[in-house]
Amino acid sequence: MNTLACVKRVPDTGAKIVLTDDQRGIDTSTLGFTMSPHEECALEEAVRIAEDRDGTATALTLGPEAADEQLRTALAMGADEATLLETEDGEWGPVDTATAIADYVAEAETDFDVLLVGNESADAANYQVGTHLAGQLDLPFVAGIKSLDVADGTAVAKREVGGGEEVYEVDLPAVIAVKEGLNEPRYPSMRSKMRARKQEVASAAPDPAGADCLEMVRLESPADDEGAAEILGDGPDAAADVLEVLRDDVEVL
Amino acid sequence: MSESDLPGSAETVILGAGIVGNSLSYHLARYGREDIVLIDKGPLPDPGGSTGHASNFLMPVEHSKEMTHLTRRSIEQYKDFDTFTNSGGIEVARTDERVEELKRRVQSAKSWGEPGELLTPEEVEDMVPYVNTDLIKAGFYSPGAGTCDPLRAGEVMRSRADAIAAGEVDPADAGDLEPDADVVPASERSGDGGLHLSPNTEVLDLHVEGGEITAVETDRGTIEADEVVIAAGLWSPKLAKMAGVEIPLTPAVHQMVSVGPISFFEDYEGEISFPVVRDMDTQMYERQHGNDLEVGSYQHRPILWDVEDVPSIEEAPLSPTQPPLTDDAFEQSMEDALEIVPDLLDDPEAGVRHEIDGLLSQTPDGAPLLGELQDVDGLWSAAAIWIKEAPAIGEAMAQRMTRGWTDIDIHGSDVNRFYEYGTSREFVKNRAHEGFQKIYGIVHPAEQWQSSRPLRTSPFHDRQEDLDARFFEAAGWERPQWFESNRDLLTRYNEELSGLTRPNEWDSRWWSPIILAEHLHMRDKVAMVGDMGFTIFDLVGPGATEFAERMAVGRMDVDVGQSVYTPILAENGGFVSDLSIVRIGENRYRVITGGGMGGADKAWFRGHLPEDGSVQLIDQTSALCTLGVWGPDARNLVDSVAEEDMSHEAFPPYTAQKITIGEVDAWALRISYVGERGWEIYAPSEQGGRLWDTLWEAGQEYDVRPVGMGVYGTTGRMEKGYRLYGHELELEYDPAEAGLTFHGVKDADFIGKEAYAEAIEEENAATLCTLSVDDHLSETGERRFMLGNEPVLDPDGEVIVDEEGRESYVTSAGTAPSLGKHLLMAYLPPEYAEEGQQLSVEYFGEQYPVTVEVAGSRPLFDPDNERIRS
Repeated sequence: MNTLACVKRVPDTGAKIVLTDDQRGIDTSTLGFTMSPHEECALEEAVRIAEDRDGTATALTLGPEAADEQLRTALAMGADEATLLETEDGEWGPVDTATAIADYVAEAETDFDVLLVGNESADAANYQVGTHLAGQLDLPFVAGIKSLDVADGTAVAKREVGGGEEVYEVDLPAVIAVKEGLNEPRYPSMRSKMRARKQEVASAAPDPAGADCLEMVRLESPADDEGAAEILGDGPDAAADVLEVLRDDVEVL
Repeated sequence: MSESDLPGSAETVILGAGIVGNSLSYHLARYGREDIVLIDKGPLPDPGGSTGHASNFLMPVEHSKEMTHLTRRSIEQYKDFDTFTNSGGIEVARTDERVEELKRRVQSAKSWGEPGELLTPEEVEDMVPYVNTDLIKAGFYSPGAGTCDPLRAGEVMRSRADAIAAGEVDPADAGDLEPDADVVPASERSGDGGLHLSPNTEVLDLHVEGGEITAVETDRGTIEADEVVIAAGLWSPKLAKMAGVEIPLTPAVHQMVSVGPISFFEDYEGEISFPVVRDMDTQMYERQHGNDLEVGSYQHRPILWDVEDVPSIEEAPLSPTQPPLTDDAFEQSMEDALEIVPDLLDDPEAGVRHEIDGLLSQTPDGAPLLGELQDVDGLWSAAAIWIKEAPAIGEAMAQRMTRGWTDIDIHGSDVNRFYEYGTSREFVKNRAHEGFQKIYGIVHPAEQWQSSRPLRTSPFHDRQEDLDARFFEAAGWERPQWFESNRDLLTRYNEELSGLTRPNEWDSRWWSPIILAEHLHMRDKVAMVGDMGFTIFDLVGPGATEFAERMAVGRMDVDVGQSVYTPILAENGGFVSDLSIVRIGENRYRVITGGGMGGADKAWFRGHLPEDGSVQLIDQTSALCTLGVWGPDARNLVDSVAEEDMSHEAFPPYTAQKITIGEVDAWALRISYVGERGWEIYAPSEQGGRLWDTLWEAGQEYDVRPVGMGVYGTTGRMEKGYRLYGHELELEYDPAEAGLTFHGVKDADFIGKEAYAEAIEEENAATLCTLSVDDHLSETGERRFMLGNEPVLDPDGEVIVDEEGRESYVTSAGTAPSLGKHLLMAYLPPEYAEEGQQLSVEYFGEQYPVTVEVAGSRPLFDPDNERIRS
């Protein structure tokens, strides 16, 4: 069974985001890049399915030349092959992205049984690439997936909803948008990282279809979060204050 | 420990709450400071600097005595804080050259009093079963090595600092560190003090008025203080700039990753159960950390940062000093690591869990930057310090700040060593780039820097270049070490040189036999030596005599024109410097000192200038060039071009006069560091070229030769038994031990007088001796020549240690061509400081017999100084 995991190069999160002067992008001069956390799980799942069911896992990204770095990470995490759909001029919208991926899938020598995407990217968060991809390939699509069992020809996918979960059975091939928590992505070993640096990465340079009708005007930083942690005290002396918070503010006592 | 609003004033403000700032607060409290504020822009306990991501291992043995002793003292402190794990450490050699280097490590270990031994690959495997011993030829085992927890140590130090400053706990009860006489007991405290912590506080400006620090302005208010320490790691230059001064360092990347979980380690409890491994030839280390293996590298290309580009705490995903790993730079490191510890790294469960470009501080020569910044009174630097030496440096800085001298001599780390030449961003960047590759490198003691040269050149430089000078650098100055144009002298002195040339490549690296031939020529005829790169400054004003008296051991109320060679001491009677002071006028003295420590010497004098303004310090370093003319024909030569009478009667030894050489108005000092008749001639720098040409042309009649610093600094000096600051002369030795008590005890008060007088009365714990090598032959039949810092062994082959615990080691080594011997200097305890005593020194793992030639300072060559005095 062959799998495809679509990943995106995004700035490392966890820090205050600084905007460029023109507010059209973010200042990445001191930031590292990573793949979106949901996609890390998509990739891990793709590798596990391929390993368990005797197939190949392919990692794909659409992005700048530097996104090669995320494909190397994917290879180090166990992907068998990697493809870069290289873009030149900035961020593509979700429709164009999905179109380029669909074109790739249609022409690929490999027939993919499971096409995994992250539920949404960590930076743009359009929530759309999976659904457009499925639409263009005319495949079933489920999103928000945190549990996936693949069998021959079908897959059972679950997503969390308030107070329970929804369970879907889909025929394969299918496009599945997954969320962090689906699995625990592995840390690549040093030797696999080394190997990945020498592996071949296929690349193509598709033209944007120009079908997206959204235009980014500018980015804005949210107002400063004033709700920073308050230190109640140190050691046993703090116990009374903690109790007060638990009783009066959080109301769990 | 209060953490409330920032106080309006404090006795001492420390900027930076990493391991250095914490240590400073603790030791300053011990030595009597009561009102200390510790500020950091980050949160506690980990404010985000290099302390938070260091690999935290301490390998005590280095070739630097200063660093070895600081690390040893730091280990004692980490133990006292209960934050040290004694894992041991092993440096492994993959190459034959490195095996030799490890033998030199053993040598240094012995010289500095640390245990250390060579291991076979099998012995390495017994200690660290996961090392691929097929790759290695030997190991150096340092049993004292280990790991520490600097964040926890910081907490312990802060809490002790607070309790001690407040008088709640006596320093003697705060831990196991033995308080010395200057540590202030709780009974003498006011009781109002304490350590005030101010994390999350950004420094906006440093206020300086009239050359003195007055206040620290922060985003939470301004604190007045007349004592401020910059202990801000790689941010230190930024803070120094706020006060208009420079701390020359740059952030540099040290790549490290953490791989785990490794199943092999699951059977072992605790943080570390195996010695830290340094794979020296690949410039990497591998060390256990719980279930992980930390792999660090210094082999990658130097990656230097601009401090302005280091992100803020808010903007940094991990911490400001942990930017993401630069993958391509780490590729070779991964290959090498997989080779040396394959079993661990190929554990199927283990992955790379953490990977960073760790930022640390890199200085132009790799050593820390410590001391008072000489342009701003009360502003101190404590920067570019590794975890391994930080607690001891905090202690030494506190001693320096409170009582003026330190237990461990830290002159090699004096921040003023780059003063006025080596603080530019370009210089720092170039040297840091070059020095990064030396961190795990095999560095010859005479190895020269290549970048940012030439930087300081004398007016003689071009002429010397034409004479094919081989330039060495000292404090930025280009100084000829020898002249290839003198190669013909090798033939002339072929016979005298037999047995003194050096067949071994290491011994002869950065050396030439031409030095010896130049020396013999100087002793036979006449030589021109210079410029020596001296630091020169005049003390001028009505208080000059009184001030000079206070600074120097020698009498200063001498006749105008008289020169005095004198020790400069700290209060403990140890050496701060040795230099010449010439009385050039009723109220005017000229201080002439070596360039290497010139910045520090000037800072020492400037720091003691009388408050009333009765003495001015006027720097002449760049204004004057210096040319030495020495040798039997020196008088004939100088007399032939001088307007004045240069006869012995008209110009006695150890005096100075104004003279005119050809067209050049100069100033001459009849003195010689090489033990010859002649003068140091000082001229305005812009007339130096003319001075050189005049003497050169007149000198052809006498076969004058240019002679390099190899003669001036080593061969000539060693034959005369002249001591050199930083080698023989350090804070840890006094003038009685160094054989420099010829001044007696003068009536006038001077710094260190009491200790000096006591030292003269007491029997020396050790006496500086000159030794000669009896047999140079190694086991393989090669003649070997020691270069300095070798341990001196007793007849049983044990390192000699005096009653104060100081090891005997070779402080200087150099060939004496006129004596046909290779000479060594070393401090020896009384039972061995006897002329004719047979001992041995260890050099590259072998012992060579030596004999004590002189106990004391008597010159071996021309002991009555007839050449100088005639």
